[in-house]
Amino acid sequence: MVDNFHIISALVEDRPGVLFRVTSLIRRRNFNIDTITVGSTEREGISRITLTMRGDENIVEQLVKQLSKIPDIIKISELKPSESVYREMAIIKVLAQDAERRSDVLNYVSIFRGKIIDASKDSLTIEIVGNPNKINAFIEIMKSFGIIEMAKTGIVALQRGLRGKIEG
Amino acid sequence: MKISGARAIVEALKREKVEVIFGIPGGATIPFYDVLLESDIRHVLARHEQCAAHMADGYARVKGVPGVCTATSGPGATNLVTGLAAAYMDSSPVIAITGQVPRSMVGKDAFQEADIVGIVNPITKYTFQLESASQIPDVIRLAFIIASTNRRGPVLIDVPRDVQLEDVDFDYTERIKIKGYVVRTGEPHPYSIKRAIGLIMGSERPMILAGGGVIASNASEELIKFAELIMSPIVTTLMGKGAVPEDHPLCLGMVGMHGRIECNKAIEEADLIIAIGTRFGDRTTGKLDEFGRNAKIIHIDIDPAEIGKNVKVDVPIVADAKKALIALYSKLIEFGFSRKESEWINKINRLKESFASNYEEKGDGLKPSKILKILRNILPKNAIITTGVGQNQMWAALHFKVFEPRTFITSGGLGAMGFGLPAAIGAKVAAPDRPVFNIDGDGSFLMTEQDLATAVTERIPIVSIILKNRSLGMVRQWQCLFWNKRYAYVDLGNVPDFVKLAEAYGAEGIRIESYEEFERAARRSLSAEMPIVMEVPISPDEKVLPMVPPGKSLKEVIWYG
Repeated sequence: MVDNFHIISALVEDRPGVLFRVTSLIRRRNFNIDTITVGSTEREGISRITLTMRGDENIVEQLVKQLSKIPDIIKISELKPSESVYREMAIIKVLAQDAERRSDVLNYVSIFRGKIIDASKDSLTIEIVGNPNKINAFIEIMKSFGIIEMAKTGIVALQRGLRGKIEG
Repeated sequence: MKISGARAIVEALKREKVEVIFGIPGGATIPFYDVLLESDIRHVLARHEQCAAHMADGYARVKGVPGVCTATSGPGATNLVTGLAAAYMDSSPVIAITGQVPRSMVGKDAFQEADIVGIVNPITKYTFQLESASQIPDVIRLAFIIASTNRRGPVLIDVPRDVQLEDVDFDYTERIKIKGYVVRTGEPHPYSIKRAIGLIMGSERPMILAGGGVIASNASEELIKFAELIMSPIVTTLMGKGAVPEDHPLCLGMVGMHGRIECNKAIEEADLIIAIGTRFGDRTTGKLDEFGRNAKIIHIDIDPAEIGKNVKVDVPIVADAKKALIALYSKLIEFGFSRKESEWINKINRLKESFASNYEEKGDGLKPSKILKILRNILPKNAIITTGVGQNQMWAALHFKVFEPRTFITSGGLGAMGFGLPAAIGAKVAAPDRPVFNIDGDGSFLMTEQDLATAVTERIPIVSIILKNRSLGMVRQWQCLFWNKRYAYVDLGNVPDFVKLAEAYGAEGIRIESYEEFERAARRSLSAEMPIVMEVPISPDEKVLPMVPPGKSLKEVIWYG
């Protein structure tokens, strides 16, 4: 991952309008994010928003400080990539009409530990999970076969070890 | 005990000790108004919801407690926007209660529906949209907590019409908390105080930059004690005007784009800037790269997000201004530190003297500076001034000395023209026994002029002094100085006749043609029982000087040569 890559993880109240408040602030303060994901946590009523962005430390610090002022945000922190696990999933539909190309694609899927989740006469649909570097590398290769369409989830992340448990 | 949602709102407002609400009723707030009619809470009927919000803001700034305004759904609510944005930019605690279409119609583009919660999200500290009447007690309690703690700001509560009619068991005890909102104690961290003390004791040329946060935290006394102990001159931002009496020997006045020359020079020469309750706005700092280049910076602010937002600082102190100043003072006393006369103070005094003559406008006709000086001599120290936005505001900031906190009420951050009159109404409601004068311009006054009707019908005797230059003066000034005198659409003409306009509303209008007339009228207006509007003609070529051109550093100042 490039040096200025940052993961920000926020525990938020699961209430209408929370995602709107977060994205509205990001837009208003002119921050530029790469991915945003929202999902439930082990605690009912609390969701996790994971943001990734590129930028220098000051910008990230400002974003975290500004976001932490939103009363719906219970806890927010930057996760150091080296001290956290993070994954992204992509579903990629590639052209694979003749047998030779099909077998090439299958080979790469196997090297990258992806999965074929759908197939048609002319195409293969691949599921791949991993850190963003791995996924980007795989996408680059698939481009040469011809990507028909693609969807990515954005990054989800957790701190390594015991830390990070929701308190209270 | 079961009561209606509408009654629950009024009941909750009473628990919050709300004495007055500024607003305009409408279809979606009739149930609320119906209960308000028989309550002890005073209602001031505005003529435009923007004014209702500015009134609540003016009230809040003078009293130091939340001001409450209300509007109906849709256009009523959208009219609040400018008022809420002004309150937000200046961290003023305003509570807005809006009506909304019934729950079943939300999202269906119903008549007079507007997504006000979405619209005001970026200009409020928080918003609530009620889903049931049972939320009312908690929501109102939390709204007042959020608006009036930490860094203050406006909160909007959107109440669908049918929620006002729904029954609720009223219980105003503390039941829920917002997990993500912690009311700060405001106590500074001992380590940051220690580091700050190090810088203060090591500095030779300290300078205090006091912002609106000093006033918000009622820290004026502590600031003066601290400044006297370390013998530091004080400059203020526009919002900080009144944080220290401007006749105090250590107070230099306002810094920034239209700041006093000696203030900007002093900031340039300081080796330590102690910034308190200021967000280093661009109108204060000038070109950021060059602001305080020769100085270490200590930044005291209650809002951690302000630290490092605009200016890199050496020692951040996230704290309430008052508590931080008490901590700094007592530590310095503990170390036996104090400073007497210094070469730095002598130099500052010489600077002050050398520029003293550079503030008087040249040429014939009535001059804003003299009008404002005459007014200052007439008014008691605790009189309240509100302003419009533009030249009138900057003249007031430059030439009208303020001696007490919460007596200079201006739209600093947003710069909302039209603020002066409604803010004056709100201020007078908050302080009925003190004179309230609105120093305004013709362009600014015209934006909210209809609320003279409010002042007249409510018998709120405020005085508006309109410095009439028949143009949008500040824009004209920029066009003159930086756009080759191409005066694009800034000419307002000599309309309206403000004397007749005032009379049409049932207020008194006075045309001023000489300083003597002005002095007489101003004196007389101190005992007026009805609103007064004075039309003071000035030249459209009159400028606000000194001026630091936008984007330039504080030393590149233009002034009367």
